[in-house]
Formats: sequence, structure tokens, C-alpha cells
Amino acid sequence: MRERVTLSIGDGVVLALVVGLAAFGVAMIFSAGELEVPSSVTGIWRKQAIWLAISLIAFALTLRVAVRWLEWVAPIAYGVAVLLLIAVLIVGTGDGPRSWIRFGAVGFQPSEFAKLATILMLAKLNAGRERSPETLWDLWPYLVVVLVPFALIMAEPDLGTASVFVAILVAALYWSGLPFSKLALFLSPLVSLALAFSTPLWGVWFLLLVGFLYWTRAYLTESLAVIFANVAMGVLVRPAWRSLAEYQKTRILAFLQPEADPQGAGWHLIQSQVAIGSGGWLGKGFTLGTQKRLAFLPEQHTDFIVAVLGEEFGFIGICLVLLCFAIVLWRVLLIAERSDDAFASTVVFGVIALWFAHLFANVGMTVGLFPITGLPLPFLSYGGSFLLMSFVMLAIVQRVAVDTRTGA
Amino acid sequence: MRTISRSHQVYIRGRGRLARWLALLVIVGLGVQFFRVQILKHTTYALQSEGNRVRQLPVPAARGTIYDRNGEVIAENVPGYSIAFLPLSIDSLRVVLDELAPILELSGEQFDRMVENYRRHPNRPVTVARNASFAEVSAIEERRAHLPGGIVIEAAPKRLYTRNSLLAHVVGYVAEISDADLRLPEFEGYEPGRIVGQTGVERVYDRLLAGTPGVRYVEVSALGRVVGEFRGRPTVEPVPGRDLYLNIDLALQERAAELFPDTMAGAIVAMEPRTGAVLAMYSAPSYDPNLFVGGFEPAAWRVLNTDPGQPLFNRAVTAAYAPGSTFKLIMAGIALKEGHAVVDTKMQIPCRGALRYGNRVFHDWTPIGHGSLDLHGAIRQSCDVYFYQLGLKMSLPVVLAGVSEFGIGQPTGIDLPSDIAGSYPPDTVWYDERYGRSGWTNSVVLNLAIGQGENAQSPLKMAQIFAALANGGTLPTPRVARTGAAPEPAGSFPLDADQLAVLDSALVAVLNEPTGTARGSRLRDWTLAGKTGTAQNPHGEDHAWFIGFAPAEDPQIVAAALVEAGGHGSSAAAPIVSRLIDFYLRERIVRPDSSEAAGG
Repeated sequence: MRERVTLSIGDGVVLALVVGLAAFGVAMIFSAGELEVPSSVTGIWRKQAIWLAISLIAFALTLRVAVRWLEWVAPIAYGVAVLLLIAVLIVGTGDGPRSWIRFGAVGFQPSEFAKLATILMLAKLNAGRERSPETLWDLWPYLVVVLVPFALIMAEPDLGTASVFVAILVAALYWSGLPFSKLALFLSPLVSLALAFSTPLWGVWFLLLVGFLYWTRAYLTESLAVIFANVAMGVLVRPAWRSLAEYQKTRILAFLQPEADPQGAGWHLIQSQVAIGSGGWLGKGFTLGTQKRLAFLPEQHTDFIVAVLGEEFGFIGICLVLLCFAIVLWRVLLIAERSDDAFASTVVFGVIALWFAHLFANVGMTVGLFPITGLPLPFLSYGGSFLLMSFVMLAIVQRVAVDTRTGA
Repeated sequence: MRTISRSHQVYIRGRGRLARWLALLVIVGLGVQFFRVQILKHTTYALQSEGNRVRQLPVPAARGTIYDRNGEVIAENVPGYSIAFLPLSIDSLRVVLDELAPILELSGEQFDRMVENYRRHPNRPVTVARNASFAEVSAIEERRAHLPGGIVIEAAPKRLYTRNSLLAHVVGYVAEISDADLRLPEFEGYEPGRIVGQTGVERVYDRLLAGTPGVRYVEVSALGRVVGEFRGRPTVEPVPGRDLYLNIDLALQERAAELFPDTMAGAIVAMEPRTGAVLAMYSAPSYDPNLFVGGFEPAAWRVLNTDPGQPLFNRAVTAAYAPGSTFKLIMAGIALKEGHAVVDTKMQIPCRGALRYGNRVFHDWTPIGHGSLDLHGAIRQSCDVYFYQLGLKMSLPVVLAGVSEFGIGQPTGIDLPSDIAGSYPPDTVWYDERYGRSGWTNSVVLNLAIGQGENAQSPLKMAQIFAALANGGTLPTPRVARTGAAPEPAGSFPLDADQLAVLDSALVAVLNEPTGTARGSRLRDWTLAGKTGTAQNPHGEDHAWFIGFAPAEDPQIVAAALVEAGGHGSSAAAPIVSRLIDFYLRERIVRPDSSEAAGG
């Protein structure tokens, strides 16, 4: 009896840690609302608690959904997601990116759903293959599946969320068994993108790339495609930069050089580092962070929840939360490894990639390791859609774990 | 279900392991970065966090009250409000000033000055109004919700000068310290924005009156809003300033102001001859020091400063006039000391209304002439012809060198700002430099002998010299405030008692002998002694002087009056001094015998 209960919820350690993190998240959001000045954040922890309750119900319901049914429904879900992303461009609301669809008081971000739908769709592509993809030409379906939501989200424009789809794509390809050399060639245009600001650096990279193509005896068409993509990226990046919204440019520039404009674009990063740095070993105590209390922290309930954590619970608190995430990621990766179903395994790996991308981008930006992108921290940041989708994904992961153990 | 092929599964296992370790590595990397920020750079960020949110607000210390010698209040503090702003940037300051300007009626000049102050001292609160009315404070409080954070309204003691213009030049006024004053040693350690005495005893005794301002540490939000006290550092309570008692007798001061002709300019000084205690000091025209109390009244200052009557100028201390015949006492003193004259010395040429010297004729003040006079008579009747000859007899070098022993050429030593030394040629080289070796003649000695020429003294200086004549030859250091030990005398006359008696009896004769020049101003109840003076004024009517003391046998008060363009000293100045001294001796001196008489 006891054995069956344990099995039916999958990995109990992961579930306990994730629910613990989410509950702690509600507490941190409560603290984020404890300010010396009037703030719209005060009291929203109740909303998050309600969302957590809804998410737990959704978790329980999703756990009952068979993975096979998900595989069947993936194209439909993907289609719905794309339609919703088109809809949000037409009727969407939001300051900054138009990423919300509102029905009265309830708001919903189609991009959150699109993440899951894309993961499912990519997994279906993987599962549909007899063998691992071996040439770059084998990758075009993957590329199309990701590019459609990517482009639609870029149009909102929401660079941060869109870049998460790149992470999902890379994860799916990694998991498909694509040879590393091909993966490297596939990703090489991204390097061109990063280096395009400096022509000499890009030139060196381009020569290395040509050498690499010769060394790996790549197909001629493949080589030409790679070279073409790299040249295109190198050339296109400047007009692309110009097409970015002003706040996106300043965020990227602020990441590169935060001290250049401490009152402007670098403000968020500096205030975040001051809050975290002043926390020291043990922090200033729950709700007592002074930087937060005096409203020096921007978006303290979403993007910078880690800054509140660092200020109030110190390095020890940060380490404990990172440890929780490490254990969760580790164990969920084991679930992905152990699953003998190609679809299920890829879905789990995609979920991991998504969470990991969010974790790294969100935590990294508070200490200057990553540009400020506005990606929330899974389970801790305020935000109903994201919490709900995270728990739905967790349920899928747990279902895969259950199925693997029971050999279903 | 499509199960994964065995070879593929091996693939996956390897990639999974790689992914796990990579993920762990990245998370450890994040932890390392947090270690750097939170542990290695903790001190830096902790300091920054404190600096971010803590602002110092000065807490003004209550300034000491200023009393007259009888404990009547001259300057005190009344409740007021100051409005300050903690700007985050020059733009936020401009926004707030734009909002406040109509409420507080800020001028464009004040606006610019505040922006400039912020630019120079960006970490200090910008004082928007030092002297806000209750109505202004309420207007701001009502609009608080629409105004940016960071506006601090505090109760701040405000200076009130109870007697308005009566004592303006003595008491002075307070205002925000100027940049020039900040650099002076007397204001060392004062911070910008501090309220200090600008002139008068408020300035001279600022260290005593001001006390020490306290500091309040407040926390501000990111928007600059003050959210409360910072508990990390306790408030430093201000130390209130000490009270100051003046030698001034307000009743006498009032009398001096009444006696001075309304439309005229000039000064009155009254002192105790022995102590130098300044009993009254009035300079006309005067001004109301309360006009400056806001701290930002450049407009008021400009009006007063450009007024042709120069009301800000303390004529008793800082203005210099040719002393005219009052200076004959010093000439007589030098002559007595040098043995050029004794009491009954007569000059060769009797006075016939003028004296020819070289090819010039030097007139007496009366064309009728005085006939043959001795020194006593010459002082009594202020005979110019006698003193022309006395000057020639003494010779120019003696006339030039002799005055310094009588206190000429140095400041009086009074405890007020801008105590001038007067001007008097130190030696003949001075004439050479000024006019060229052949540009002047020995005739300058004639002018100097009657107090004209290159000679200008303040009313206070002349009162000090007459105080010495009254008290037996000691030049008292004038004192406005009654604080600390009595100052050392400024010097003493090089005359013995007999020689002084010659001068004093002549001064008595000026008022009490039938031919005395100021006989009309003699007093019935007391022996008034004094000397008139009529100083040539190149710009108009002569300046009228009178300096006197009484009672002559035991002087209690010496008083000097100067009326600019008042005409004759005997008619324009002597009656003022005479009445002032009469009032003082009658009303203000409590005599043991008179109180006994009242009791009996």
C-alpha cells in the first residue's frame, strides 16, 4: 500500500523539494511586499498562495494523464499555442512586451503554454525518428517547430522568453543523439552573432569554422549552409541590433558595463548586488532587508526575488536554495536518463532545460553573470501562469518516473 | 510505445551524465559568484547599502537670547518651520521647486541659487524655505500626495528681533553663511547651509550664541522619501547656544533714536567712561534686521544696500568723518605734553577772524574773531586762529607724530565688526607720496590743527578719546556685550593730572562759561562738559559733532553725536547729547541717596 502511494507521485524527494521551494517562494513574496513605502506588491503573496493551491490541484490532475496521450495531443497543443501567440500579438496587453491575454481579472501568458507545447512537439519529433539525426538537413523540422513560436514571441517583443526556446531546441537536439560536431556546426551561427560586433574576432572565428568543416569532412551542402548561416549572422547582427527595443538594448549594455550609467540602465544590477552583498553570511533576517524595504530593489517579487533572498537570508540562504535546485535537477535528469520511452525522455529533458535556463538566467542576472532578461525563477518568483505550468511540467516528469518504475 | 534502441540508450546515458555534471558545475559557479558578492565584497556592499539609505539632517540648535543690561529681550527665538528637500537628482530638485515656487513665492534667483547649492553639495538637504508660515506649510502638506518624496518639514527656531530697527547695527542679524565667510578662520568648522550672524554681536559672538547643531540620521527610500529614523546611529542632540547680555540700555537707546532728527543721517554713541561699556549706539538711517531672517532675502538686501542713505552701514563704528574742532583737544593735549603751551599760553597774533599764512588766508569759523585768548579760552570758544598758530608752533612732524599716543590710528577694539582705524597722515613721507615732494606745503598743519584736512575718525573713536578725557586719561576698550573679563584698556594719554585738568576745565567752560560755544546745551542739574565740532563737508552742509560727558566732577556717561550735513555742532549735535545725558543721569542711574529719599 505504502509502496503504491510513493510510486503514484513519482520522485518524492523532488516533489517535496519543489513544493518546499514554492511555499518558501510565497514567503519570499510576502517579504517582498513588506516595504516602508506604499507598494503594489504588498499583499500579493495571497494571490501566489492561491495559485500554488491551484497548481497543486493541476499537478494531481496532470499526474493522471498518460504520457502516450500527451504524445498524441502534442501537435494539437502546439497548434493551439501558435494560434494563441498570434492572438496575443493582436489583442495582447502588457507594459513593455505585449505578452498577456486577459479575460476580465484573469490574465494568462500564452508564451508559458507555448514552452510546454514546444517541448512536447520536439519530443514527438525525436520519438518519431528511427535513428538519431546525423546531418544538419535532418534538423529542419526541429528548427521550424522552434522558430515559429520564437519569432512570434520576439515580435511581442520579449527577447528573454524567446531565448528560452533556443535552450529548449538545443536540449532536444542534444537529447536526440545528434553528433556533437553537428551540434557545434548547428550552433555556430550563434557564435557568429556574438562575435559580429568585432570584425577581426569574427574573421578568426570564420577561419576556424572553415577548418573545422574540412577536418570533419562535412558534406558540401552542409558546409555551404553553415558558412552561409554564419556569414548571414555576421552581417545581419547590426540591423538586428537596431531593430531591438530601446529597453532591450539598454539591458544588454547595462549587463556589459553596469557602472557606466548607475542611475539609469545599470541601476537594477547595482541595487541588486548591493542588496545581495549587504546580506553577508546570514542576511538581515526575514522581511528585514533594508534595500528591499526602502524600495531600492526593482521587481523584487519577480525578477529579483533572489536579491530579497540574498539580502534577508544571506549566503547560507542562497546556498540552500541552490542546493535544492541542484538536487531537483539532478534527480529529474536521472528520470530522463532512465526512461526507456523516447518521447517521455525528451519531454523530461526539455523540462529540465527550461527550468535550468530560467534558473541560470534569473539567478545569474542578480549578480551580473547574465543580462537582465526578466525571466522568473521557477517556483519562487511571483507569477501564476508560470507557477501553474511549472507544476504541470513537474507532474509530467513525475508521471514519467512512475511509468519507468512500473514499466508501464 | 517506441522504446529507445539499446545503442541509443547508451548514448542517452552518457549525455545524461554529462548534462547532470554540467548543470551541477553551473550551479556551483553561481554559488561561487554569490560567495564573491556576499562574502568577499560584503563590506563594500554593506557600506553602500547604508550610504544608499541614510541621510544626515542637521538639527538646528536654538540660538541664545540677547538681552540688554536690564534683562530686556533684544533677540529671541520663536517657533518657525523650515522646508528642506532631499533631491535624488538635479531634475527631481527642479520638479519640486517648480511645484513649490508658487506656494512659497520663490523668485527665479532663489530657484537658481538652490539648484546651485545642490550642485555644490549634492549630499546635503536643500533648504527651500527657512521661515515658512503655517499657511505655507499647510499648503504643502495638502499637496504632499502629488509631490515627490523627500520633502522634509521641520520645526526650526526662528530669530526675532523684538526692537526691529532700534538696535539693528548693534545686534546685527543672522542668515545662511556665505561662501566667503566659510573660508574665514572665525567660522572654521562651520558647514555650508549653516545660519550664522552676519553682522553686529550676532556675528562677533556667533560661537557663543549659536550652540552646536545636532544631526539626525534618517532612512530614505529609493524615491528619497524619508521613512523614519535610522536606528544604527543615534541622533546627536543639538547644544543650545548661550544667552548674551549687552551693556546696551534699551531705554537710553530708545531715547537716542528719538533725539536723532528723523530725516538725517548720522550716529550717536554713549559709553561709560571708565569701563567702555557701550550704553547706546544708534546709527541713522537704520533697517529692520527681521527682513533678513528667512536667510534668502537677496532682494531685501539689495534694496537696503543700494539705498543712498546706506542703512546697512554702522556709522558709529565704520564711518569716518573729519572730527573738526573736537580734535582740538588732542592738539591741546600734544601741546601740553610737548611743553608748547600751558593753560594760559597766548598766541602771538590775536584772533581777528582770519590768519594769513604764506599767500593764503585761513579763516576762523567766526569772521568777528575772538581777540586774544589763552588755551582755556581757545578751547571754550573753539578759536581756529589760536589753533592755527599752535599747530605752526608745534611744527608738522610733532602734530603728525603726537596723535598716536592719544589713540588715533588704531581701531577702537570694540566687539563689533568693521571697527575702523580712522585715517590720519602718519608722517610727512605720506604727503610726499600722495602729492609729490613739492605738491604740498607746511600749511597742512593749519588744517590738521583744527581737525580738518586728511583726518577722518569714527564717532566711536572720538567718544573713546573723550572717555579718556573724562576718566583721567585711560582709553577704555568699548564693549557692547557683557561677557568674559573686562578687556585691557586700549591705551592712556601721556598727560599728568594737572594737564588733563586743563583740558577738562576747558570742556566744562564750553558749556558753562558765558562765551562757551555750546552754552545753550548746558544742564541745570549736572555739570556737562563737551566740545562741539563742525566738519567741512565737500558734498554739502557741514557735519555737526558734539561729544560730551557728565557729571564733570565724576563722569558717568560720555556721549558723541554726529549729524551728517547737520550744520553747526552747537545747534545740531550738542542738544542731542545734552538731552541724552540728562535723561541717562536722571532716569537710568539708580542712586543710593535718591532711592533713600524716595523711601523717606
